[in-house]
Amino acid sequence: MSPLDTTKQTKARASNGGATKLKIEGVYKSFGSNHVLNGVDLEIQQGKSLVIIGGSGTGKSVLLKCVLGILNPDKGSIEIDGQETVGLGSKDRDAVMRKFGMLFQGAALFDSLKVWENVAFGLIQGRGMDRRQAHEIAIEKIQAVGLEAGVGELYPAEISGGMQKRVGLARAVAANPEIIFFDEPTTGLDPIMSDVINDLIVKSVKELGATALSITHDMASARKIADHIAMIHEGKIVWHGPVSDLDSSGNEYVDQFIHGRADGPITRRVA
Amino acid sequence: MSAKTDKKAGAGKIPVISSVLDIFEHTGNAILTFFEKVGHLTAFTLRGVMHCFLPPTFFKQLMRQFIDIGYYSLPVVGMTALFTGMVLALQSYTGMTRFNAESAIAGVVVLSVTRELAPVLAGLMVAGRVGAAIAAEIGTMRVTEQIDALTTLSVNPFKYLVAPRIIAGTITLPILVLIGDVIGVFGGYAVAVYKLGFSPGSYMSQTWSILESVDVVSGLVKAAAFGFIVTILGCYHGYHSGRGAQGVGAATTNAVVSASIMILIFNYFITQIFFS
Repeated sequence: MSPLDTTKQTKARASNGGATKLKIEGVYKSFGSNHVLNGVDLEIQQGKSLVIIGGSGTGKSVLLKCVLGILNPDKGSIEIDGQETVGLGSKDRDAVMRKFGMLFQGAALFDSLKVWENVAFGLIQGRGMDRRQAHEIAIEKIQAVGLEAGVGELYPAEISGGMQKRVGLARAVAANPEIIFFDEPTTGLDPIMSDVINDLIVKSVKELGATALSITHDMASARKIADHIAMIHEGKIVWHGPVSDLDSSGNEYVDQFIHGRADGPITRRVA
Repeated sequence: MSAKTDKKAGAGKIPVISSVLDIFEHTGNAILTFFEKVGHLTAFTLRGVMHCFLPPTFFKQLMRQFIDIGYYSLPVVGMTALFTGMVLALQSYTGMTRFNAESAIAGVVVLSVTRELAPVLAGLMVAGRVGAAIAAEIGTMRVTEQIDALTTLSVNPFKYLVAPRIIAGTITLPILVLIGDVIGVFGGYAVAVYKLGFSPGSYMSQTWSILESVDVVSGLVKAAAFGFIVTILGCYHGYHSGRGAQGVGAATTNAVVSASIMILIFNYFITQIFFS
């Protein structure tokens, strides 16, 4: 099977539905005396979309970076398809990274490369694919996120923030990853563009049959893209459940957060 | 009365002891921070060098660095070498005439340029031009999460960003210095012949008679070391850049300052190895 044969991959992933794709157990991470993650436990089933919500500085991004292997947790276990990924050697880590796609908050496109080269970057540099074949796939993915093929010849600085997010999404899904991570996918976008990006995320994840882990504090986005939602506060998961239970969670942290109330158990430290 | 005096004296001692302890604490912290940074830099350097020798090599990136570091630095290094050679001829003439030793000018120019001035000035110029650019580019990539993006796209940032720059810097600076040697000697020749009235033939024969291969080789070895220092420090400071524009600015400044100081320090030790 070709590594980029979407239909076959989607079927294979669908047949594996229900199995645990990502399991996080007792993950701790501190920076000096700042204890950011204090024992995070989470599990995502194959083909499901989990959104982690929480305020700024609660540990969402650090947790994501631990899963991606950009940061090493101080303690705990992170399993992908039952394989422990904490402390992996570089070769094994490379194999795990090939399962991942990631949309960064600011898109994180490479300024010196054209849009299509950005989308094809992982295919050419990471997987050694021929440039012509990678170009074809890149243009296909660029069109799949609603952009014209001609955009591929532009540089990231020549396109708008919303278009950059779409290109970032095209790059994230270019290699048909098994797990896609979304870091604040709608931050900095107007409500209409946010909804467009949300729709594209849902469509891309469904088409690929991928598992998705997103972090956001945009509740409209969370409700749209999530099957399950987890709330993180002070480095711990304080609630986890289906998105349909969000409004009746009975959890005071969740209630305060989703209604955007200043009063409640979540207190903001100013200065 | 005496109790009050004792209290005052006691109150005076506590701040004195406290400020002495503060000095020890600050000194201790500074020493620990220094060794921590040295350890980080050493680990970073070893990792960078290791990736220079391990496949895969990103040839397109390598070629881009050869052009950025080597080709685009040529005008700066050439101008520096030309005017250094010219000034050297003028200055040595005014000094040597006092001792009737004008014939030594050609030797002074060629030895000063090949052994010291071309490698050191080229190193400092490249530190300012290339070291700053490397730190700013990699620092911006760090701040905008482009380095994290490389990792998620299964591309090792050390292989893609650091190794090509180290290889290009270490190879191109000796080439630049060799060109600088020729231009610098030509600058001295031009001033000596066209301004000071030296005979072209005798100036060149004096130049060749005094020049030994070790003079050029020592300069090239220095240049390779300086190229390595400039690129590794540019990459290190950029890679560990703080957040925002201020972080990138600080990384750029630190890259240039630390590379310049290290060039001067290593220049002494390499000179000692070759000529002591």
